Amino acid sequence: MNNKHLYALSVVLTVVALALFAYKIRVLGFPLTPQEETQVWNVEAAVRFEPGPAAVKATLRIPGLTPGFAILDENFISRGFGLTTRAAPAGREAQWTLREARGPQTLYYRALVYRDESRLAEDTTPPFPSQPVLDEPSRAAMEGLIAEVRRQSADVASFTTELLRHINQGESDPYLSLFLGRGSTPAERAQLATVILAGAQIPARIAHGVSLRSEAGQVHSEQYLEVHDGVQWLYFNPQTLQQGLPRDFLIWWRGDERIADIEGGALIEVTLAVQQNLLDSMLVTERRAEKLGSHSVDFSFFTLPIATQAVYSVLVMIPVGALVIMLLRNFIGVKTFGTFMPVLVALAFRETRLLWGILLFAVIVSLGLLIRFYLERLRLLLVPRLTCVLTVVVLLMAGISVVSQKLDLESGLSIALFPMVILSMTIERMSIVWEERGASEAIQEGVGSLVVAAVAYVIMGMAWLEHLIFVFPELLLLVVVAALLAGRYTGYRLLELRRFKALAPTREAA
Amino acid sequence: MLSRYRALAEQGVLGLNKRNGDYILRFNPRRLFPLVDDKLKTKQLALQAGIAVPQLYGVIQTQYDIRSLPEIVRDHQAFALKPAHGSAGDGIVVISGRSGSRYRTIGGTLLDADFLSHHLSNAINGQFSLGGVPDVVIVEYMVRFSPLFERISYQGVPDIRVIVFRGFPVMTMVRLPTRSSHGKANLHQGAVGAGIDIASGVTLDGVVGTEVVTHHPDTTHAIAGLQIPDWDTILDISARCYELTGLGYIGVDIVLDRDLGPLVLELNARPGLAIQIANRQGLLRRLQICEARADFDASPEQRVDFAKREFQHPVGPLIEPQRIVTAAA
Repeated sequence: MNNKHLYALSVVLTVVALALFAYKIRVLGFPLTPQEETQVWNVEAAVRFEPGPAAVKATLRIPGLTPGFAILDENFISRGFGLTTRAAPAGREAQWTLREARGPQTLYYRALVYRDESRLAEDTTPPFPSQPVLDEPSRAAMEGLIAEVRRQSADVASFTTELLRHINQGESDPYLSLFLGRGSTPAERAQLATVILAGAQIPARIAHGVSLRSEAGQVHSEQYLEVHDGVQWLYFNPQTLQQGLPRDFLIWWRGDERIADIEGGALIEVTLAVQQNLLDSMLVTERRAEKLGSHSVDFSFFTLPIATQAVYSVLVMIPVGALVIMLLRNFIGVKTFGTFMPVLVALAFRETRLLWGILLFAVIVSLGLLIRFYLERLRLLLVPRLTCVLTVVVLLMAGISVVSQKLDLESGLSIALFPMVILSMTIERMSIVWEERGASEAIQEGVGSLVVAAVAYVIMGMAWLEHLIFVFPELLLLVVVAALLAGRYTGYRLLELRRFKALAPTREAA
Repeated sequence: MLSRYRALAEQGVLGLNKRNGDYILRFNPRRLFPLVDDKLKTKQLALQAGIAVPQLYGVIQTQYDIRSLPEIVRDHQAFALKPAHGSAGDGIVVISGRSGSRYRTIGGTLLDADFLSHHLSNAINGQFSLGGVPDVVIVEYMVRFSPLFERISYQGVPDIRVIVFRGFPVMTMVRLPTRSSHGKANLHQGAVGAGIDIASGVTLDGVVGTEVVTHHPDTTHAIAGLQIPDWDTILDISARCYELTGLGYIGVDIVLDRDLGPLVLELNARPGLAIQIANRQGLLRRLQICEARADFDASPEQRVDFAKREFQHPVGPLIEPQRIVTAAA
């Protein structure tokens, strides 16, 4: 009647649905396909130490500022120890304490990290470093080195690269032989670089971390040199001199300290291990939404208990089935028993699978019809007769289940999920149509219902569609829009074109 | 397929979606439906308005009332049993006489009292009503159909269907029972539908299903060219059925009784579309002509005149007044 109103409503609903949909995909990163998985890494640090006679305090640096990665979950495994975590200059640290411990102890820290490109080093700009305290010859050597490197460089980045090249030449460099002994480790060289950079008034620090490779197993920490150019932190590989942080490098802690310290005991070793996993994208998304402070996850199906979620994953598909039936009835013109009976049968097909479902449906309805025709001869009243048919239908279903169990046909068992009340009503309705309008009409409508149920089943069973509707229930608004628009479709149905063909003028006549 | 669609649209054929959306939803308010869905109510309304209907013998409302059936029909050899909410002729039993203690149907089958009471109790429990709601059964006068139709119907009672749009009879047909329809005037079951020219009351060729037939399949007599008697009365009664209910889009079912003339059997708020095939004419075209040119405040007589003038078979397409003006210029 008021089509403008209808179209406006449709447009509003469509916009709302698509906007929510887009927001959830773009901003919250909800996965579009069901099998989508996100790479996550399990990183683990095991601290083994020998406790002394008195109280023990073990400190472990743990990941805090991790550019390119975010922590999904972390846990600490330590029997009997008191635990605190706190911020520290090196990042974060966990501190385990115990009054008295006996024998070697192992403490574990485990974290689940995933790639998150949006995370950058959120550090503030550091102050200029103070001049390192050195003896006079070292001081002179450092100043000479700084002067030479400065001459060969243009900015902070090239200065750092040049300095690292000098350090890597090591003992052969006249200035550096003073600082570096024979066989210095990369860590020591990186350490030296920060000292000299401090001498040149450039803030620098060492970032320790691990490479998140795909093979599982033990890893060793690697060092990167972080240099602040006044605007942002730059990363340098102290050995290869390459600038930039590799994509798979997880920064664990910063600074000159070791990864773990033990007070009142002796550190035996710290082992780091990495394992790559694939995790359902939904989990990662939930966490991300939590961190972004979005409520869209709080109010999604994922907050429900798993069993309820399972129910809703089926329920949200019912409107889709109804949509299919609406299209088949109003645009094609298929006749069915009962408006939405085929949807319920289609739901039952989910358990039985299509072929078995159709077979079982046909068997039950035809046996039910036979019983119904027999009952007709007994001249029962309507409601007792319906009760009779219903009971017989249940017995038939039970019988089929038992027989198929004996024959080892698993599919026969799933018949228990058929909507028996609906089936009984269908049988009753079909037998009346049979009597009043003839067998052909009854069979036609019966087959029509079955075909519609099969089509609805196939569409409702599409895994990606189910996932899409479950994760983005707002898409059901589009079903509403489709129904609104179809509700004003007053054109012909496909089967009417055949029905009224006698009314269309033939080409010759026209 | 698309060309067929366009051809049907050009012919002004009314589809189910359009009938439901543009006519039933617009002109048939839901609250008025009970007036026509309950044949007992329709009958009472018609009696008040002075429209002839088959005489009511009695009503069977409860299981207990079934015993009173012999009492109700004691003075009537023939009678008809109709569920008040039955649709499409479901559950109707027509008894034309007795044979001892048994009843003989119009088809010649003998029914014992036991079978009949079982049928009645089914009907009372709602087997034949929409949605299975409990029902009542009307016992009424059995129409003795006019000999006119004897040559072109097989048993049963032929009836005349008139589509009445806001008081204007727009299209009519006669439904002729056949052997395959078991003597019922129901097109779905294989009865012949034959259009009638509104202007003259003369029958056109018939159809069975979607096939055109020129002769009745059982009696082999020609269907077309039959003048329906009392045609003006039939149109007048149908037109007045609009005031009876206030429903704007109805099908009026009328039978011709040998002695009593046209009687209204029932009204239908969702009349089928097969009438278009029977007339080989689109209904939409006539509805649009009505909406464009008719005066909806006219009296029933004026409406019948309008229908006879505008809907003389075959009806051409509606030409909008402004199009005539542009054509003239």
